[in-house]
Order: sequence, then structure tokens, then C-alpha cells
Amino acid sequence: MHKEMKKSNNGNFFSRIVRQQMFIPIFALLILVIFNIIMDPSFLEITLGTNNLGNPVLGGYLIRILDNGSEVAILAIGMTLVTAASGGQDISVGAAVAIAGSVLLRVLCGGDTRAETLQSPVILAFLVSCIVAMLFGAFNGVLVAYFRIQPMVATLILYTAGRSIAAWVNNNELPIVSEQSFKYFGGYIPGIPIPTPFFIMLACVIIMCLVLKFTNLRLYTQAVGINENSSKLNGLNPALIKVLTFVILGLCVAVVGLIKVSRNSTINYSVIAKDIEMDAILAVALGGNALGGGKFNMIASVLGAYVIQLLTTTLYKFNVQSDALPAYKAVVVIILVVISAPTVRAWFTSMMKKFQTKEVA
Amino acid sequence: MKESALLEMRNIHKSFPGVRALQGVDFTLRKGEVHALMGENGAGKSTLIKVLTGVYEKDEGQISLEGSVATIRSPQDAQKVGISTVYQEITLCPNLSVAENIFIGRTKSVYQNWKKMNADTEKILQSLDIPAKATQQLESCSIAVQQMIAIARAVDMDCKVLILDEPTSSLDEQEVAKLFKLMRELKAKGVGIIFVTHFLDQVYEVCDTITVMRDGKLVGEYPIKDLPRVQLVSKMLGKELDDMADIQSEAPKFERKEGSVPVLEAEGLVSDAGIKPFDFHIDKGEVNGFTGLLGSGRSECVRAIFGADRVLGGTVKKDGKVIKINKPLDAMKNGIAYLPEDRKIDGIVGDLSVRDNLILAQQVLKGFFRPFSKAEANKFADEYIKLLSIKTASADTPIKSLSGGNQQKVILARWLLTHPEYLILDEPTRGIDVGTKVDIQKLVLKLASEGMSVTFISSEMDEMLRTCSRLIVMRDRRVVGELTGDDLNQNKVMGTIAGGDK
Repeated sequence: MHKEMKKSNNGNFFSRIVRQQMFIPIFALLILVIFNIIMDPSFLEITLGTNNLGNPVLGGYLIRILDNGSEVAILAIGMTLVTAASGGQDISVGAAVAIAGSVLLRVLCGGDTRAETLQSPVILAFLVSCIVAMLFGAFNGVLVAYFRIQPMVATLILYTAGRSIAAWVNNNELPIVSEQSFKYFGGYIPGIPIPTPFFIMLACVIIMCLVLKFTNLRLYTQAVGINENSSKLNGLNPALIKVLTFVILGLCVAVVGLIKVSRNSTINYSVIAKDIEMDAILAVALGGNALGGGKFNMIASVLGAYVIQLLTTTLYKFNVQSDALPAYKAVVVIILVVISAPTVRAWFTSMMKKFQTKEVA
Repeated sequence: MKESALLEMRNIHKSFPGVRALQGVDFTLRKGEVHALMGENGAGKSTLIKVLTGVYEKDEGQISLEGSVATIRSPQDAQKVGISTVYQEITLCPNLSVAENIFIGRTKSVYQNWKKMNADTEKILQSLDIPAKATQQLESCSIAVQQMIAIARAVDMDCKVLILDEPTSSLDEQEVAKLFKLMRELKAKGVGIIFVTHFLDQVYEVCDTITVMRDGKLVGEYPIKDLPRVQLVSKMLGKELDDMADIQSEAPKFERKEGSVPVLEAEGLVSDAGIKPFDFHIDKGEVNGFTGLLGSGRSECVRAIFGADRVLGGTVKKDGKVIKINKPLDAMKNGIAYLPEDRKIDGIVGDLSVRDNLILAQQVLKGFFRPFSKAEANKFADEYIKLLSIKTASADTPIKSLSGGNQQKVILARWLLTHPEYLILDEPTRGIDVGTKVDIQKLVLKLASEGMSVTFISSEMDEMLRTCSRLIVMRDRRVVGELTGDDLNQNKVMGTIAGGDK
């Protein structure tokens, strides 16, 4: 009798977990980690080495994942908001990152592609690139909110034109920053063995959490995403809120632009942040957020971003050619998306229950 | 007349889970007759039409066409036996030509003789006197012409029964006249037309027979000359027009203080929703109401006051001072609250919790950078859940999982939380249980006694008479009268709604 009670409680507990939004990204993360540990026990190892500048840096797969996943994680923050409010996605973020990075370099080098010293402080260059990225975000937002163009179609414009604009900003030249301190943002700060992008991601998440706590951004975007009519009759301006989410995504884009450019100290207009928009959208989906808008969970999206990075790293580990990577990714994504479909979840929950009652009997 | 019956529907039953939409309805349409199908919301008109056109399958009953039993299981079946429908919204393809629209989906071979198709189209258009060219793109025609082309398509498919479902809602007077001319021509050709509309004037202009439905049942079929307007209105509303039923207003009399300034006053207010300019005023502590049949423009009036539709003209004064209301937020800042007519579309934010739904309006008023703390929000939610006895598992429950009545209470709570001076309730009692209805009526009177001004709109006249001390009557999108004091009785209200030949 006592045992039975415990079992049914267990069942409830289990089904409650399965219904949680965070279940999918955490579940996927665990599965991938376990798979990796089984295949290669060295997966969890973290080594302390020194880089070519003589600074102590941590190495190992986990650190690499935290480092490389940061860009997608930061974009996922903005993409989550855009998805929630507009019920669509911005596919121009990769191209926008190219523009932001290009503007950043232009200001840093002041037009001289081989400048020996920085022509202006990094903070100034970053602020300028922020403003430019936010303006492009606002452009997308206005197309979506005021001209009522489908988000994917509206952002297709910048997706197509963005990399050309980025090249045009620097007269199609490739400026190189020789200043070593500029490398800190995408690499390591001397004395700190953890990669900087991870800290930047953390800062972005914390700032976003504070914004969500101290403003009504969450309530407004969700209300607009769920029922625009009703939001309007409650005094909200749905169009303005949609534009706002695109502008916030623009800010995320500028931050990613800084990291990306800093990693290489230069820019390659056609390669930088290529296909990152798909990863960012995937992160939102993996986080269990409805791509049709409405309620969202920011942390789940960020976790989703790291799931994608973990997946990429795993595939590389098994010597999958980089050309073939997307195909493998797609398979995994199909599995994850199917698992997260409400019908499958319901089925899973009911199977769980059946299984448990059988065991008791 | 009986022998020339074109379409006969006998003892039609149709149930949906929880609702008996049609109960033993009979309907007869004769050759060359324009037959109006009338009824208020939920009367079963659209269900009957959907049964006839095969969208729904009937549970019971028989449909016969020209004497032989017809089985209609899908809209295709309906079209095959000669029943065509033209809906309020155009269901043609705006980017195709007129000819393509008329012949789309009707050619049997793979090849299309374009020349013949265009020539045939010209012929049809000419015979029906429709001012359009065969090769013209449909989009470039006016709405009325598009509607006529939809009718032409139906007629060309040898339709015997033509159903016009509110075809005139988006037309102006001249366009309506053109449409009526076409209807009369078709009538002369022996087509039976079922005409669904909310406009009384149009019914009396073009129809021969009226069938009235109410609550899923047939009220009766009447030749137009035997049913004066007042009778029609009373039959639609289900109120007998005799002295016994002369229900007087039960609302407490409202005495206007001499020289007091109205809380809200509007002059020549007009919005883009198609209403004629109207004047309006309400005093402190007064309860008034807009009444009229469905589609008469009562909701559009209050929406104009709240700024929910785009206001095109007119002045609004609050406490004697001119104010500008261009959007809902302006109205809210001036202490106006509006509970919308359609709870699902305009009211609830489905996936959000009861708490978030409840604080939404007040939160917007408070501002983006000043969110309520969790404790504050919970306090408000608990307070109003208790005050209005809202039945919900918790304040965190998504509002969409509540019953209709409780959803409505949450929306009401949302606006009460803003402590409005003027509260507009548009059909607050629609689709909710009787107990909640009474609760809401009582609440309205209590709020008014505390000094709130309330405008109350309801399809149920009893409710209006019980709560309002002044009724503004609307017909065909204009204000046609205002009733107070002893005039507030059923007969007078129905008479004013009906207007015309009294």
C-alpha cells in the first residue's frame, strides 16, 4: 500500500517534469553529455594550459562549448523576445552581425586598414556599432509592425543586403586590428583562465533578467504576442512593442559583432556569423518556446543555444565533415522538435503512467 | 403557393456538444421568392444555412429540392444540386480576372478555351447588367460589383437556391440598390433567394416572406405584408406585444441634478466603423444603455467613445473640458474603461494567467518602468477573485481554462482595478450562466450608486430595462431615439427599434 502511494507520487512527479518547459533543453543536454562521456571519458576533463601569450587558460571540451556557444546564446535572448511579440523570427541577424562588426572595425581603425594603434577607444566604437545595429533592428521592426510584413519576409531584405552593406562600410577592405587588448573580448583577459565571451553572455543574461524584473517587458511582449486586439484595448501599442523587441535584438547583434570581430581581430564579410540566425531560432525552439509567439522562457532559450553548441562540438569530435554538419544537425533537431510536440509529450506521459501501473500490479 | 415549393426543410435537428443549435426547424422556399431569414444572435440562422450547404451534417430531418429528397453532405453536394451561397466576405480570388473567377474550378478538360470563356463571361455580365469587364482583374472592381460577380458565378452554375449571407454589410446605399436590382432580376427568372441580413429596412424593401428564428427554434413564417416591423422585432426578441407584457423599467430613477456637468459628453462623434455621427452624454452615477438589434451599431458607438476604432470626427468633453481620445490609452487616462463585446477576441489574453490578465490595464496605466511587485499583483488578484467570487484553481491558472462567466469576471475585475469614473460594458452577460448574469447586473447598480457612470449594452431587453435609467435606441447604424422614465417599457423600446411603419 505504502509502496503504491509512493509510486503514484513518483508518476505525478515525473509527468510534471515532462510538462515543464525546461524539460526539453535539459533533457537534450543530459543525453548529449552522457553520450559524450560514454564515447570518450575525457569529455569532462578540464585542463589548465597557457596560450601563446603566456596567460593561463582553461582547455577541454566543456570550456570550448561555453566559449563558442556564447554568441548563439546572446542572440537567443533577443530572438526569444522577437518571437514572443511578433510570432515570427528575424533571419537577418547573421548579416546584421557582419554590419555591426564592420562598423566597429571602421571606427576602431578610422579608415586606415593597417592602423598601428587604435584610432578611437573600443567603447566608443562599440557604442557606434550598437546604435547602427539597433537602427537596423528598428528597420526590421517597422517593416513587421507597421507595414505588417511577415517577419521572415521582412528580415529577408537585410539578410540579402546585410553582408554587402557590411563590406561597403569598409570600402570592401579587410581592416586588421593589431592592438592586443582588443583580443580580450573574444579570447581571454590576462590572468583569467575562463574565456571572456562566457562572461559577456552571463552579463547579457543578467541584464536581461533585471530588465524583465524591473520593467513590464515580459507582460507586454507576451500580451501582444498572444492577443494583439486585446492588448490594444488595454492601452498598449502593439506596433511599438514589436519594434522595441527588434531593437533589443539589434543590441544583442552588436554584442555578438564585438565578440566575433575580436576573436579574429578582423572580419570576413561573407563568413562571419554565417548561418547563426538558424542556430538562434533553433535555440528558441529547443527552449520549448512557441515559435508562434506568446509566453516565453529566456533561460530555456539560452540553454537551447548551448545544446546546439554541444551538438556541433560532438559532431566535430566524431570527425563529421563541416559540410555534412547541417544534415546531422537537422536529424537531431527533428528528433528534439518531435519530442517537444505536445501530442508526443502527452503520449509519453500516458505511457509513463501505464508503465508504472503495470509495475505496481 | 404550396405546390411551387422549391426547397423544403422539414424537422431539422442539429446539436453541438452542450448546445441544441436547431430543434425541429422547418423552412420552405418557393420559386421566385426572396425569403428573409431573421433572428438575433444564437437564433440558429447560420447553423441552418450551414446544414443546407453541407458544411454541417444534420442530426435529423429531411431536405427536399423540387419535390425529391436531396442528400447534402458537403458544399460540393450542395452546389451540384443547385444551392449556392454568397458570403459577407468575398470568397473569390482578387488577383484573378472576372472571367477566371466565374469559371474557376468548373472546367472539365485540361485545356481552356480562353476566348470562349471571356465571351461567355461578357454575356453573363451583360445579362445581369453588372458593370464589369471579363478580363478585368477582380481586385479593381468595387466591393458591390465583386459581390455581384460572386452571385453571377452562382447563377451561372444553374443555381436554383441562392443564399445571400449578409451581403450588404460592407456596401453603401447606392451599391445596395444595385444589388437589390440584381436580386429582383434573379427572382423574375425563378431563382429562390434566401436573404440573411440585420437591416430591417432592406428586408421590407426586397423580401416577400420572412422566417423568424429564435433560440434554435422556428418562430414562424410570415408573408411580409402580414408582419409589421414592430411585430417582427417582438418576434425576434421573443417578447409579446400586448399590455400584459408591458414590463416597466425596474431601474432606480435617476434624477439629474440641475446645472450639473455631464461626466462625458460627445458631439458628432464618428468612427471608421461605419456609424453615422452621434451625440452622447452621461452623468455621474447614471446607468444608460445602447439598444438595437444586432448590427445596429451599438458596439461601434461605444468603441468610438473609447477610441477602439479610429475616430474620424466629433468632440468629446469630460467634466466640461474638451479632451482628445485617439487611442484606448487616452480614454483609460481619462478614467474610461471598456469591457469589449467579444471576450475571446478582444478581452482575454488566453495563455496568460488570471493574475496577469487582471492587472493588465492598471499595469499599462502605471507605466512600463513601474511593474507591480509579485506581492502587489497577488494581492490585487486575491482581492478581486474574492470580491467577484471568480472560480479559478489559482491566480496562476491560464485564463483560457476558466469558464466563460469567470473569464468575464476577470475582465470586469481588470477594469474595476483601474477605478474608472466611466465604465462601458458591452454585452457583459453574453454566453455566461444565469447566476453570473444577475451578479453582474447587481454589481452595475451598486457601482452606479457609488457614483460611477455606466453604459450597459445587452441583447436581452429585460436586462437593459432592469439596469438602465435611459436607453439610446439605434437602428441601421444611427441613433433613432432616446427613452427615459415612463417610456422605458418593452413596447415602446421595440416600437422605436422597429421604426418605420408603426
